[in-house]
Amino acid sequence: MVKYILKRLGLMIFTFFVIITISFFLIRLLPQEMPQEANLQALIRARWEALGYNKPIIVQYGIYLKNIFTKFDFGTSWKISITKPAIEVMGERILPTVIVNLYSLLFSIPVGIGLGIYAAIKKNKWQDHVISTLVILFVSVPSYVYAFLVQYFIYFKWRLVPTNVMYSLADAGGSYFSFKMFQSLILPVLALSFGEIAGLTRFTRAELTETLTSDYMLLARTKGLTKAQATTRHALKNAMVPILPSIIASFIGILGGSMIIEQIFSIPGIGNLYIMSINQLDYDIFMLESIFYTFIGLLAGIVIDISYGFLDPRIKMGQR
Amino acid sequence: MSKDVIKTNVVDDRFTFAHEGVELHDHKLATKSRGYFADAFYRFTKNKASVTASIIIIIIILFAVIVPIATPRNVQTLMDPYYSKKGPRDTTFYRLGVDGALSNVYTDRTIIYELSKGVGAEFSEEKPVVTVAESMDSYYQPVVKMKAYDTSVGGSRENRFDADVDQYLAVGFKYIAIEQHKFDVIRAFEEEHNIKIMYPLIANNEYTYGQDSADAANFWYKTKGKADPIKIIDGVPVIQKYNENLVLEENYMRDSHGNFVYRIYTGGGDSSTAQYRVRVLYYNYYRYLYGREPNYLFGTDSQGYSMIYRLATGIRLSLIVAVLVSSINFVIGALYGAVEGYYGGATDLIMERISDILARVPFVVTITLFQLHFAAKIGSFASLMFAYVATGWIGTAGAVRAQFYRFKNQEYVMAARTLGASNRRIMWKHIFPNTLGTLITSSVLVIPSVIFSESMLSYLGIVKLGGAKTTSLGTLLSDASSIWMSYPSLMIFPAIIISLLMICFNLFGNGLRDAFNPTLRGSDQ
Repeated sequence: MVKYILKRLGLMIFTFFVIITISFFLIRLLPQEMPQEANLQALIRARWEALGYNKPIIVQYGIYLKNIFTKFDFGTSWKISITKPAIEVMGERILPTVIVNLYSLLFSIPVGIGLGIYAAIKKNKWQDHVISTLVILFVSVPSYVYAFLVQYFIYFKWRLVPTNVMYSLADAGGSYFSFKMFQSLILPVLALSFGEIAGLTRFTRAELTETLTSDYMLLARTKGLTKAQATTRHALKNAMVPILPSIIASFIGILGGSMIIEQIFSIPGIGNLYIMSINQLDYDIFMLESIFYTFIGLLAGIVIDISYGFLDPRIKMGQR
Repeated sequence: MSKDVIKTNVVDDRFTFAHEGVELHDHKLATKSRGYFADAFYRFTKNKASVTASIIIIIIILFAVIVPIATPRNVQTLMDPYYSKKGPRDTTFYRLGVDGALSNVYTDRTIIYELSKGVGAEFSEEKPVVTVAESMDSYYQPVVKMKAYDTSVGGSRENRFDADVDQYLAVGFKYIAIEQHKFDVIRAFEEEHNIKIMYPLIANNEYTYGQDSADAANFWYKTKGKADPIKIIDGVPVIQKYNENLVLEENYMRDSHGNFVYRIYTGGGDSSTAQYRVRVLYYNYYRYLYGREPNYLFGTDSQGYSMIYRLATGIRLSLIVAVLVSSINFVIGALYGAVEGYYGGATDLIMERISDILARVPFVVTITLFQLHFAAKIGSFASLMFAYVATGWIGTAGAVRAQFYRFKNQEYVMAARTLGASNRRIMWKHIFPNTLGTLITSSVLVIPSVIFSESMLSYLGIVKLGGAKTTSLGTLLSDASSIWMSYPSLMIFPAIIISLLMICFNLFGNGLRDAFNPTLRGSDQ
């Protein structure tokens, strides 16, 4: 077990470094643009000289790695917020992303799993057909279409919420956890949730129908358990084995967030920053974002694999 | 030999061999045999949802092919700034509600403003102003239907009206600058087609509203303050409320003889270069300019192109990207996966590491890097394609590799090898056909994911595919992104098409998977 985890971690770090290296060279090779203002230009030039941006690219890479390991310094924002450390610029933006996605997950997990269980129990009855048809529709439709729909109906037509974009921190009373902020988050959370719910429903239904028809369920019924008992104690538990890791992975995934939803609802999050960094060509921020997304992806992958082993004793680590 | 052995053991001579002296062969199959693909096709046609989905896909593809062919060349490039962002309108289906109208709430002032355009269009020298009720029958009346509603509920003392207003006719009148020659041509056109394009200019006095605004040409009636319509009663201006028999007081420009003035000289030399300012009814001016009425079945896009044409070209572009990516991935994935799976061992380990690392690069980062590095050199479209291809084949390769692992140690492969078949022959002739089902399914499922990510990337502005000639579905959405609440049709049509494409391709792909691999039916991975 420990050996397997260590091996996976080692591979992950290796992959991580290769990707970072490639990204670093590709990004640093891009031509840098200077701001128009003369004073600012001089300041940035001086800083670049001091930070070694004019040295050969291999040396730059060495400096970059050294700074990360010794000072946890991922470079500086040159365009978005000038001369602020990149890690701080991004740090401010993690909370909005996490909040929106967390609310969405907290909403969609119970609904999705509940609908999935219901559909599986009512398999091939009309309830199942309705749910399955809706699931096909909702899984396929892109999330930004939901964003338009909820904006149009809930905000524009029915006026159920006060705004169609996220409030800024100042507008919402200085806290991301105020009620006012929550109100402005309802739309993005809904837009994110439709697809999430549909996916979970489909997954749960597929897994549960499989376990419901297995032999041990027959055994459970034969030894006298009611259908409800057998379902909750045996079928559901087994059906959860593949579902739980994917849920855990989505909890890691909430750090990454959804770029398009952040863009539509102007959420000042990670994805929004990514788009800004591309539009304004703020390469250090772009580099940090790339590192961040890569890391999240790798972490989610490894957590899924390891959690399988913990959840299901039948799966032997390293022998899959 | 064996016959003899048996015979010696059989004592009784009364037994005879049933098939003695007959050579036994397999029977020829009585029924027609069915190949793998024919079988898959048969199963596919049994799946109603997939068949429906494929029909819809075919319809969409036909739409994307036929519309650009059926659209006249001058309409393809026709971009009228005044008729941009408009809803669907078609004179043939006008009464059915395809009238380019938007519903809105109006006050006395604003409803009279809209109605006045219809009244103004009915101008004639003999009877300059008709009543509002009379103007409702006018071909140029932008207000399609209206009704006053009870305002006592809201507590406001002003009248409110619910009205559908044709957004094309609502453009109303415009001032344009033309030369003497063009003036004559328009006059001739007016007489030939019996329509009125040029209307009298508006006097410049205390009742004129918004001399410099874009809507100035619409205020042919006397106004006061914020363009409230007035009547002069005993020398005192009185603000008018809406009623059916309202006759607005005209404010047209007249010369010293009391005739209406249609043009004023604004500069230029001789008779051919002299510039004039005239006031035109834009709807009819459009007819003069392009020789057609503004019929836009899907409305116009944010720039003023015909939405139905832009949509068709957008679908075409998105589908071309998707199909190209899918087929390139098919080839690369098949080659890579086959080599990995067939040779195994160290080859597999190294190749698997490479593809693993590539697969772990976040897709949006890949695409951004390709755009930043290559978009200026080889164009957005090509760099988008390269980015898709750079990492897109990995999933396909993985599927092929798994299939190769499954089949490469089976007996028939060993038999082929014993008979001296080369590696290449075993790979492509014997094992590869077994992977085709999976491969085709995964390639088809690549199409919706490419369409989706293309639209998303265009929307986010990471990829910029739009241009005068081409556009993509995502670009249409992104153009509409900030203004769609006021102009819903800009968003509705592309969004419906993308959703339909996504749903249908997913259903189609699932149907294919079930058909090629019946054991997977119902599972969703």
